Amino acid sequence: MNATPSSSDFILQVEHLSMKFGGLIAIGDLSFQARRGEITALIGPNGAGKTTVFNCITGFYKPSEGMITLNRKDGSSYLLERLPNHEIPARAKVARTFQNIRLFSGMTLLENLLVAQHNKLMKASGYTFLGLFGFSSYRQASAESIELAKHWLEKANLVDRADDPAGDLPYGAQRRLEIARAMCTGPELLCLDEPAAGLNPKESAALNELLNDIKDNTGTSILLIEHDMSVVMQISDHVVVLEYGRKISDGSPQSVRTDPRVIAAYLGVDDEEVETVLTEVGDEAVIEQLDTGPDSAHGPGSSASMMAGPVSDSVEHADQGERVTVSRGASKAAQVDARARAAVASKPVKPVAAAKPASPAPAKPTGRSPTPKPRGGRK
Amino acid sequence: MAVTVSPESDTVATPIQRAFREALYAGAVSLGLFVLFIGLRTDQNISNELILVQRWGLLALVVILTAVGRFLYVGFGQPALERAKAQKAAAPAVAAEPSFVRRNFNKIGIAVLFLYPIAMVLLFGFQGSLKWVDNFGIQILIYVMLAWGLNIVIGLAGLLDLGYVAFYAVGAYAYALLGTHFGLSFWILLPAAGCMAAFWGVMLGFPVLRLRGDYLAIVTLAFGEIIRLVLINWREVTNGSAGISGIPKVSFFGLISFNVSDPNYISKVLGIAQSGAYYKIFLYYLILLLCLLTAFVTIRLRRLPVGRAWEALREDEIACRSLGINTTTTKLTAFATGAMFGGFAGSFFAARQGFVSPESFVFLESAIILAIVVLGGMGSLGGIAVAAAVMIGGTEILRELDFLKTGLRWGDTTLIPGFGPDFTPELYRMLLFGVAMVVVMLWKPRGFVGSREPTAFLKERRAVSGSFTKEGHG
Ligand SMILES: Nc1ncnc2c1ncn2[C@@H]1O[C@H](COP(=O)(O)OP(=O)(O)OP(=O)(O)O)[C@@H](O)[C@H]1O
Ligand SMILES: [Mg+2]
Repeated sequence: MNATPSSSDFILQVEHLSMKFGGLIAIGDLSFQARRGEITALIGPNGAGKTTVFNCITGFYKPSEGMITLNRKDGSSYLLERLPNHEIPARAKVARTFQNIRLFSGMTLLENLLVAQHNKLMKASGYTFLGLFGFSSYRQASAESIELAKHWLEKANLVDRADDPAGDLPYGAQRRLEIARAMCTGPELLCLDEPAAGLNPKESAALNELLNDIKDNTGTSILLIEHDMSVVMQISDHVVVLEYGRKISDGSPQSVRTDPRVIAAYLGVDDEEVETVLTEVGDEAVIEQLDTGPDSAHGPGSSASMMAGPVSDSVEHADQGERVTVSRGASKAAQVDARARAAVASKPVKPVAAAKPASPAPAKPTGRSPTPKPRGGRK
Repeated sequence: MAVTVSPESDTVATPIQRAFREALYAGAVSLGLFVLFIGLRTDQNISNELILVQRWGLLALVVILTAVGRFLYVGFGQPALERAKAQKAAAPAVAAEPSFVRRNFNKIGIAVLFLYPIAMVLLFGFQGSLKWVDNFGIQILIYVMLAWGLNIVIGLAGLLDLGYVAFYAVGAYAYALLGTHFGLSFWILLPAAGCMAAFWGVMLGFPVLRLRGDYLAIVTLAFGEIIRLVLINWREVTNGSAGISGIPKVSFFGLISFNVSDPNYISKVLGIAQSGAYYKIFLYYLILLLCLLTAFVTIRLRRLPVGRAWEALREDEIACRSLGINTTTTKLTAFATGAMFGGFAGSFFAARQGFVSPESFVFLESAIILAIVVLGGMGSLGGIAVAAAVMIGGTEILRELDFLKTGLRWGDTTLIPGFGPDFTPELYRMLLFGVAMVVVMLWKPRGFVGSREPTAFLKERRAVSGSFTKEGHG
């Protein structure tokens, strides 16, 4: 990281973003930045609020609190939470794809990409009037738009099927087409919601290539939600991890993948596992706590008790649709913190134990699997 | 076409055996159904008493016809269909080259439409052609134009509008009122009526923008009724249910008039015999040109960004917004454009009738126009034109079925007995109308033309099968 990055280095700045649905806090006080020309990944378990962040950025939801600033290349800045939905792609140049693909399935691939160039063509057609009378300026613009569409069809490796209906494409191709369609709007920030979901390894590799190509050749910055860690680790420059609407980690892919909080959030440190670890270590205080429940005398650890076992079991798998009002205690990452603190606080003198409790949780999972896998089912 | 009627034991029976049994079933069912409807009839005798007339012969005829029909269908029709299907499946590779008529359907259609009045005059003479040009030609073309206008709203933008007739009414009353009060000519009032209707299209559009699907349909329906009720109750202006009469005729750009008393009456200008047919023929060509204008504009608009945005809106509104399309203005332009063509058709209607009253703008009209759009295949101009011809022409031709009363005769011998002089085929119009719709919807669930013509192509233009397109949801 540079010492003092100026604000224009960041294409997107999210500050203190909160989104509440009734009593459910889908995003709580989230701040992060995406650098221009980089691929920023937003990851987290199911229901962490990633799609909600996208919906706030692209204007489909109005955030309850917070500020989302987009800095364009030409120096202009937009406060996205104030722009109407359709002006965000048009003026702030943010394009997006959807978790459940939204193509114009009855229109051909080419038409899908032409619809994406609506605003440009609308101007060229003199808001329909010139176009209606067949002025040549519109015909030229129309030819150019077809060229652009063809360019992106080639990039997405779909040019052979240009005249087929989009609904007829196989799943992976539909995902690529959606990205191509978003690129046809000429975005500066491209938001992709799980582009690799449901792709086979080959398609996934092709997707990586496409995204790298977009990053290198168009100068478009990418914000990416992804569960597939092979995609995230290979192509992203920066990773932001959410859990229950809160940011639990932020940094390079390397640092994030070894962050105990992330591993806990993803793999779920079962309470018994932690207990076994700590018991093996010989932490008497912990063993004592296990028997008696949280002891208020035991310092900071008591507030976020690791005895939240039964509660966290019930929220462990926050499926879509199931609404859970999340307490801080349910967060696995918070538990890891609490444990570490509790262990340190309770056993400051024993040298053997003091070294180990600092990293009790990661010890096991890292040995088991180097790349965290999403927990719970995919939608 | 899966046949689910037959029980499992049928697998061994030969088609003829099966047909025989099913014929018996069908006969029994129809006997049960019709014994009271046809077998007995209530009537009045001379002393005004209610008596039961027994018609066992007729009942037997109907039952036997049903049984025989079922026998033929199951015994011969079905096997033949299955064979044809198997043959088709056996040789699928031969991509059927569309026939000449099919390829040039539009051109041939337009040519036929232009020649139609001439052919009618040659066949039936000026006086005889009146009916064919007016009741069939003009009537059908008005509905074609209305349906093409509604097609923009429903077929392209996917907004279910059940109050379309309101714009037709606005156009008609705009012409009727401005024409009778200010004596303005049709050629000024036609665009004025279109603008007025478009304005009301936007007025309707604003409040219903946030509604989708069923809710939108109900509000538009209410809008149509409101306009009609205003026309009935705002007596000072609209003359209430009595309507407005004496609406000026259209002239040929003021050069040639169709009023017998005018100095430039057509027969005086051209030096030909007087006849009311000239005006009808003139009106026919006028509405034909208006229709062609509608078609031209629709085709052009589809290839422009607005038209594509309409269709994209029908496919997925959320995706539209994510691409920077202003869905508000897109919906409003669809409403306004559709309404404008409704307004044109309305002012033409007023000019042709010379009289307008709220009676002409009831909900049934909206329903018929909607039915035409759905039957024709949403979005397809050709299909809709055919549907309009079938539906409107069909109901008109039912007036012509005199032979149903008299029976079919050859000289003095009656070949098939008729239903008697008190049978009125017109009464069965709506019944037939309904049956026809059900049949078409079963046979072609997406209308006559279910596929969609893409608006742009890279290598070749291939129709998009109807199974991919969406109907829209609001
Ligand atoms: N419109 C809404 N109304 C109410 N609750 C919502 C709404 N949208 C999202 N939520 C809730 O917000 C939380 C976060 O949902 P979100 O879809 O953002 O998760 P996600 O991180 O994208 O999950 P996934 O990986 O499964 O896609 C969930 O608990 C969800 O139920
Ligand atoms: Mg999501």
